[in-house]
Amino acid sequence: MTHHFKTRLEQAHEHGNYKALLDLIPYAKLIGIECTRIGDELLFRLPANKDNIGNPILPALHGGVIAGFMELCAALHLLVFTGAPGLPKIIDFSLDYLRAGQFRDTYAKCQVWRQGRRVANVSITAWQSTAAEPIATARAHFKIGEVSRP
Amino acid sequence: MTENPLLERAKRFISALRHCQVLGITVHQASEEGITLVLPYSPMIVGDPQTGVIHGGALTSLMDTACGMATLCVLPEFEVCPTLDLRIDYMHPAEPHKPVYGFAQCYRVTADVIFTRGFAYQDDPQQPVAHTVGTFMRMGKRLKGAQGLGSTVTGEQV
Repeated sequence: MTHHFKTRLEQAHEHGNYKALLDLIPYAKLIGIECTRIGDELLFRLPANKDNIGNPILPALHGGVIAGFMELCAALHLLVFTGAPGLPKIIDFSLDYLRAGQFRDTYAKCQVWRQGRRVANVSITAWQSTAAEPIATARAHFKIGEVSRP
Repeated sequence: MTENPLLERAKRFISALRHCQVLGITVHQASEEGITLVLPYSPMIVGDPQTGVIHGGALTSLMDTACGMATLCVLPEFEVCPTLDLRIDYMHPAEPHKPVYGFAQCYRVTADVIFTRGFAYQDDPQQPVAHTVGTFMRMGKRLKGAQGLGSTVTGEQV
């Protein structure tokens, strides 16, 4: 499986297409996350999906899905940019909800603020209408293994 | 039928949350002390295909819901309480093929804000998989989307 994962990661790097890689992660398929490379940056998208709704009356996305989406974005961002052999392990995750997540597509971008030998600090911003009006911001620490840049 | 009206309210509330239905989250226990939900193990919530460990996101959904629903335990009437912030500290990975329990309680209720904390565990509550703190905003009963959900919780017809 490890070998399989690494091969798909290498292929994803090469073609800038991350679908095959995301297909290996069941939770990513469940919520429906997508990833595109734009220049040297990664843009994540969570298409509107009825199964991700929390409050059915508004309707609004479940806060846990927004959190899960952002957490997964951070792990994938690290995976792609550090060349780690597997998904990095999460240590803690802290998020601020700024606006209700409406029933529409959600986008996210990540920024690695510090990458030490063992721990990385990543911030994640998620938005729907415009990046200037985020629906949530988050920060996560991950434990990372041996770093070998691709 | 059970004689615990809080448990009944909690069960109705969770049945209205689509994503919780998708994850199969159910109410295990509810009292004035707090609430415990259960997230069953399922291959579809696996985050690490190499180990079969569930993704933190599913755990976050469990704990966000548990903390949010803990407000039901302290408020006399249903109010919509959106999450202001949430923090999860992961103690160790959840063991595959076992359910995860999520307990949450309110430790301070003010006119505007409710402070909650909780933990997720599997076999032993003394060995939590994760610790959580969450802050929720009280919006009162008149917020858009509150009435329909409120009547679901109290068991009235909308």
